[in-house]
Amino acid sequence: MQPAFADHPTDSAVAFRAIMEAMARPGTLRTVAAAAPDGLSPAAAAVLLVLADPTTPVWTSSAQDWLVFHTGAPVARTRAEAAFAVGTWDDLAPLAGWAIGTPDYPDRSTTLIVEVPTLEGPGARLTGPGIASEARLPLPDPPALAANAALYPLGVDLILTCGARLAALPRSTHIHLEDA
Amino acid sequence: MERREWIGLFGRTAPAALRVAAAPLGKMRDPAWLRRPETGSVMVRGRAGGTGAAFNLGEVTATRCALRDGDLEGHAVVQGRDADHATLAAWLDLLLQGPRAAEVRRTVLIPLAQAEAARRDARARKAEATRVDFETMARGED
Repeated sequence: MQPAFADHPTDSAVAFRAIMEAMARPGTLRTVAAAAPDGLSPAAAAVLLVLADPTTPVWTSSAQDWLVFHTGAPVARTRAEAAFAVGTWDDLAPLAGWAIGTPDYPDRSTTLIVEVPTLEGPGARLTGPGIASEARLPLPDPPALAANAALYPLGVDLILTCGARLAALPRSTHIHLEDA
Repeated sequence: MERREWIGLFGRTAPAALRVAAAPLGKMRDPAWLRRPETGSVMVRGRAGGTGAAFNLGEVTATRCALRDGDLEGHAVVQGRDADHATLAAWLDLLLQGPRAAEVRRTVLIPLAQAEAARRDARARKAEATRVDFETMARGED
């Protein structure tokens, strides 16, 4: 078993702030970190420690014991019941199985925490709420994510993690495929 | 004595008594925390007469923590809000799984288990001495 935050009250508040800022400004990078178990990046570990609790089933294939011990979150048995899912893009694709919310309750959707190889470099052009002019972010599968954004106000939200850094891609962000 | 039994025993033992019992083992290191001591309340459930339907008896303040040393983990849930009590109980749980298990069993676990058994026995005797047996006379109905 691996530990979690060293100083839980402070570290979790700092990480929550970073995740909120990342979600509010899609495409920008934030640094968060927690002691991570095998199979999770420090950023993904921090996101789960902050956001997962006994009411949010988490779909994961790694570090299940660690997750249950530190957060009390149940492990989701199906994709549809997951409030959070963590893994690489190959683990999580296609997006079809995840909860996308309902017209009355669009918040009842899955938030995907995607471990990506890089957050730097050329990427898809993003515009939309929270982006002043445009942002660029390397995305794992731009066409699939653009299709997800087209479901707005339904759809899944993504948090991309790489090492101790993360960026967010909420469903409200437009992904421009023509110059991806 | 199994692990779940000794974890329970350390949790019920008074903090001072546990510290006295563990003193011969020497001072424990600063632990590598898995979960720092945190205090909360747990709902204790009971059964009427020990066999009836379960009901919520009441809440008990408890402190829990978890630590590790090498490959071993020590866990503790203790009554009250004494973080040092929880830490010591977790250390003892860890030591009882490791190479010093025999020593800890001899110096701490067995004396505490005997003391608790004696306490329970004394209370049971005291209660037994006040038992009233109701006896019904034949009422002549038949």
